[in-house]
Amino acid sequence: MIMNSLYYQKKLSRNVGDKFFTSLSVFCALIAILPLIFVVTYILIKGGAQITPELFTLEPNPPGDDLDAGGINPALIGTLVITTIASIISIPVGVGGGIYLAEYSNGGPFSKFIRFGVNVLAGVPSIIAGVFIYALIVSTKILFGSMYSGLAGGMALSILMLPTVIKTTDEGLKLVPNELRYASLGIGASMYTTILKITLPTAFRSIATGVVLGIARAAGETAPLIFTALFSYYYIVGFEDLFYEMGSLAVLIYNFALEPYDAQNKLAWAASFILVISILTVNIFSRILAAFTEKTKRV
Amino acid sequence: MEEKLTLFKNRKRFGLEKNIDLIFKNTTLTLSSLVGIVLFGIILVVFFQSFESFSRYGLKFLVTSEWNPVKDEYGAFTAIYGTLVTSLLSLLITIPLGVGTAIFITEDFVPKFVREIVGSFVELLAAIPSVVLGLWAIFVMEPFFREFFVFLHKFFGWISLFSSEPAGRNSLLAIIILVVMLLPIVTSIARDSLNQVPKKLRNASYGIGASRWKTIFSVILPAALSGIMAGVLLALGRAMGETMAVTMIIGNSNAFSWSLLSPGYTISSMLANQFGEADGSQVSSLFYAAFVLMILSLVVNIFAQWLVKKFSLKY
Repeated sequence: MIMNSLYYQKKLSRNVGDKFFTSLSVFCALIAILPLIFVVTYILIKGGAQITPELFTLEPNPPGDDLDAGGINPALIGTLVITTIASIISIPVGVGGGIYLAEYSNGGPFSKFIRFGVNVLAGVPSIIAGVFIYALIVSTKILFGSMYSGLAGGMALSILMLPTVIKTTDEGLKLVPNELRYASLGIGASMYTTILKITLPTAFRSIATGVVLGIARAAGETAPLIFTALFSYYYIVGFEDLFYEMGSLAVLIYNFALEPYDAQNKLAWAASFILVISILTVNIFSRILAAFTEKTKRV
Repeated sequence: MEEKLTLFKNRKRFGLEKNIDLIFKNTTLTLSSLVGIVLFGIILVVFFQSFESFSRYGLKFLVTSEWNPVKDEYGAFTAIYGTLVTSLLSLLITIPLGVGTAIFITEDFVPKFVREIVGSFVELLAAIPSVVLGLWAIFVMEPFFREFFVFLHKFFGWISLFSSEPAGRNSLLAIIILVVMLLPIVTSIARDSLNQVPKKLRNASYGIGASRWKTIFSVILPAALSGIMAGVLLALGRAMGETMAVTMIIGNSNAFSWSLLSPGYTISSMLANQFGEADGSQVSSLFYAAFVLMILSLVVNIFAQWLVKKFSLKY
């Protein structure tokens, strides 16, 4: 009887309260994982059913013909082209800028301002990047008189990728131990040799992971493309197509999801399937790679 | 001795090598300043493009809800109200859900690998493109919630938020899809802040006899509060700028309504919807709306960064 207070008492208010909040937290976690499961399941089922060889080779038919929607070849190639353009612009700029922040800057007001600017730019809504490129390039026809173009779309995406690339470069380089730099400078290498031959290769893996994730993210961005690259139903055949409207998977999903025709909706699901599978693959792969690196480091 | 030292000091690199070094440094300097240029460029370009509309309507633009390209009358109140309401309400739902999930991941209710799976599921959700979530919302989520909305209107119709007949696409659906998109942001930042709270604090609390949840509420959450707040603000910025999923499900109607069950508008969905086909002074008005959106998200973002700097954990 006296020893009773030493045992766990189920009905004590603190224990009841603890049980209650624990189950509440478990409930939150269950709700939190539901969306991913539902979204991925539906995309696998509804999108996976549409995957045929023709899907990858045909042009989409203009909406209205309910029988056959065609394929998504132009959009698929368009997404590849536009993200490549965005990468060609943002990777050199971002890696270069990141090198300055991590290797040269000394924490002065300039680097503080740039780091702040990077964070602010990362928070700028993606549609604003589209609006900006529209005003700067599309409406002025500055690119050899072409208005909506794949090139403009790629530029809009590069604005969104830039903060990611700079941040990962900056943080990746900061993780490189200073001893490596001292050793290289100590044996007489110049700053630029040290950076290009020692620090950048050391940080290569983390930078590459961040950049690839950034590209995957950009591939799914729609808002900056809907009035810069617009959309096109036709095959991309040559270099000059860069200066015309260009389709992309993301815009195809947007346009065709809102069509009243079943055939177009199915095409949107198929495009989602391809987009989501490739993005998730990249994400999961980089996650496994990161976990693997951590394990080898610990040993 | 003296001579030797100066000799050592004066040893120079070849001119070419020195120049390359200098050029490399200046190139990286230029590239990093491009970030600042782009940022200012965006602000300036959007501001100047909106100038025509700004000088014509002034601040009246923010409080009138007439949007009529035929009569050339523009006011963005519906869109601004929609932006604020959808983002704030979705955040209100996301905060407890996200923090609860973060607590689940950082506490040890279940074995570690289960928590890791939950954590990566939530993070992978952030990788799903917004347009795909929009597609899913149209074809899966909307039919799923249809009955529920009818019920909501029937029994809570006396509240002005649910006072209209549920439309096929409405603001409440946009709020729900926003919750899905904000959940990963709030959860991962809350998890990181909770993980940063030193173990000592927890042990001290357990040591004086506090129960687990007493410890969480009185010690751990207050210690992690600043980080969580910053995450919440970042999520708010994201919510206000989120375009595709919201555009696809909110119904895009400029008619103002208090009810969440009727179609609505946000600034970003207005831009996505009208920008391609706009001309004349409508373009300028759209730029004005874009400027408002940019200022809103800039303020929220800068405040979040300030908060992180000011209150970052110092243990």
